Amino acid sequence: MELTHENVLGKIISKFGEENIQDAYNPDGIMTFTTNRDTIIDLIQYLHSDEELQIRFLTTLCGIHYPDQKDKELCVMYQLHSLRHNYRLRIKVFFPIADPVMPTLTGVYATANWMERETFDFYGVIFTGHPNLTRILNIEEMEYHPMLKQYPLEDLTREDKIDTFFGR
Amino acid sequence: MSNSNNDIKLVDAPDGVSGAGFFATSFEKVIGLARKHSLWPLPFATSCCGIEYMATMGSNYDISRFGSERPSFSPRQADILMVMGTIAKKMGPVVKQVYEQMAEPRWVIAVGACASSGGIFDTYSVLQGIDRVVPVDVYVPGCPPRPEQILDGLMRVQDLAANESLRRRNSPEYQALLASYNIQ
Repeated sequence: MELTHENVLGKIISKFGEENIQDAYNPDGIMTFTTNRDTIIDLIQYLHSDEELQIRFLTTLCGIHYPDQKDKELCVMYQLHSLRHNYRLRIKVFFPIADPVMPTLTGVYATANWMERETFDFYGVIFTGHPNLTRILNIEEMEYHPMLKQYPLEDLTREDKIDTFFGR
Repeated sequence: MSNSNNDIKLVDAPDGVSGAGFFATSFEKVIGLARKHSLWPLPFATSCCGIEYMATMGSNYDISRFGSERPSFSPRQADILMVMGTIAKKMGPVVKQVYEQMAEPRWVIAVGACASSGGIFDTYSVLQGIDRVVPVDVYVPGCPPRPEQILDGLMRVQDLAANESLRRRNSPEYQALLASYNIQ
């Protein structure tokens, strides 16, 4: 079958129900929709195992921080690719920053291991079931998650770097 | 054909007493003179300033004129640690280890804005100046500095080496400085 946005979204909604699949739109030609923590792993497993879709490649997985969205501050974004049909898909899962827990995808895609470690490193998202959830890029002594939008850029211990020198 | 003998510049002898068949001066001056004209650098080049240093090693600028004939890519026999480029926090312990493996007397030049202060990379991953991990003798400003500036930094170290007291490295001030960096 020809994979169009309508076909794929119809299949997914008929399988997982409208209450679990929301806000589908095409911001840049890639269909994007939102789901929830309980659905995401089964959904990606379904996309992988379905003979018609064959969406079997995890392009990327990363965290996003929206400090202004109440109870939806954190987001994990998955990009999937069907190499068979050259069809791409983007899935987002939002959750509050007070409860930064996500199920791990390592059971489906081994490549999610390092991506989830990076997301933990930079955003503090804890992936339950991950085999080795440690920092991957930053130094281990780091006590914060640097990509959360809550830190000033300035190194506050210095006087030689004021905004004037940086055109800020 | 120019007379190339006139192009050779000899180092002036240090102050001393000379007479028929002898010349007397102090150890400090002789050793300072020898060290000054045989500073072997250890280039720790991580980014663009390292490329600039390569130009400094080339025939146009020729850092070898200053006795830095052999870039020592090992801490063994190296006198100057030249840190050129951005040092990430993860690289900090490596810089410190290389410094610790060098024998005294040793000098450190921080070449360029990144090594001196973190430069434009005012961010979570970059060490805001290598003086956080090792003591620095000479800072070379610029982004990147021209080869002339690197040579000037080397000449400042030559001044330090020529005028340094032989006992400086044993002085309590120097030991306290190293202790403040948790070295030794």
